[in-house]
Amino acid sequence: MSQIRPLSFRLNGVDTSVTVEPRRTVAEMLRSDLRLSGTTVGCEQGSCGSCTVIVDGEPVRACTLFAVQLEGRELRTIEGLARDGSIQALQEAFVEEDAVQCGFCTSGFLVLAAAALESDPFIEDEAIDALVSANLCRCTGYGPIRRAVRKAAKTTRRAT
Amino acid sequence: MTPASFDHHAPRTIDEALGLLAQAGGDARILAGGQSLVPAMAFRLAQPSVLVDINRLTDAPGLVEESDRLEIGPLVRHETLRRMPSRTPLGEVLAHLADHIGTWPVRTRGTFCGSLAHADPASEWGLAVVALDANLTLESASDGPRSVPASEFFAGMQMTAAREEEMLTAVTIPALPATARWGFAEFGRRTGDFATVLALVVHELKGGRMTGVRIAVGGVEDVPRRLGPAEEALEGAAPSKVRFEQAAEIASEIVEPLEDPLSDALHRRELVREMVLRALQRSTR
Repeated sequence: MSQIRPLSFRLNGVDTSVTVEPRRTVAEMLRSDLRLSGTTVGCEQGSCGSCTVIVDGEPVRACTLFAVQLEGRELRTIEGLARDGSIQALQEAFVEEDAVQCGFCTSGFLVLAAAALESDPFIEDEAIDALVSANLCRCTGYGPIRRAVRKAAKTTRRAT
Repeated sequence: MTPASFDHHAPRTIDEALGLLAQAGGDARILAGGQSLVPAMAFRLAQPSVLVDINRLTDAPGLVEESDRLEIGPLVRHETLRRMPSRTPLGEVLAHLADHIGTWPVRTRGTFCGSLAHADPASEWGLAVVALDANLTLESASDGPRSVPASEFFAGMQMTAAREEEMLTAVTIPALPATARWGFAEFGRRTGDFATVLALVVHELKGGRMTGVRIAVGGVEDVPRRLGPAEEALEGAAPSKVRFEQAAEIASEIVEPLEDPLSDALHRRELVREMVLRALQRSTR
């Protein structure tokens, strides 16, 4: 009964066409069909944020969005953000502040922070604290992650 | 963690969506923000055979504030309400409540109407519509639209007055007077998660006396509701610590709390007392 569908959207700036079952989530499509494993899948229930991607400029959890919902939309993942250099300041700050330990949650935090800095380069420290509470980290802890995002925000502001 | 198979439809008009719901005969679910439904499908707690994805509707009303009311359409996201520019008391209440919902990635997807239709007893929006005397418009292909007051919409935990072929197409909230005062308080174990108990208070101060007092709580019973006897205890009274404590005491006595492993009835009763008290105090600051 389930329909296999052709689907077209922009992925990291490139027009992309795939065929998917309606029940395929964006997270599964990225990892299994497109072999983009930078988007990690933690809880598969919209709680942990490790699969965060950016759809039309807004952060979205890829496990709570069906791939068929992407038709005509613009999807950006950690691979695209790393390639075009837009998260360089964040990447450097995460290394300098030791905000990475096991690394499982890292790409989700980087994408979340990238979306926040793009939407508001003048984001305040308290807003950064609220922002990082969206995603779960269970080893590094939030202190280094908060410091890293704050540092990257300062670097980004200086550059603009 | 893979949802059961389903057919996906993305109608362009509300009529089309209602037609699909009627056709599916109760086996369809409406996909709005998907922040509750999709996790439930991942666990296979929900296994609809048809998803009516309303995200592509072109004729759905949005967020419209008139002098006498605010209308909220089926695709208005939590984040849109959090950032709404309105500086009316009603706009301020809704923006403040939205700030307590989930986290940014959840708020960018989740919708006001979807939250009401999901009917979690601890929803900020459930509390809001009950406290603010909202009217909900339910529409079906066979019977057209009908209006249901918020006080009659919630029928139990995750149960509402909506029939299977009906869609919640709009919510209308009457404007609050410019002099309205309000206070909100909630207790939750984790930021961004559903609260255990939440309370919203609205009233006006006229000549130093409280009028039109409305006190509502959520997360306590299986539906959010107004607490009439606590409201009556304050109607016409001058705000004072003693009066607020009396009303909070009444509120804690008249509720019939849910119990769960993390919060028994006594705990919830104590939380009702404290959250109502805090909401009252915040309303007179």
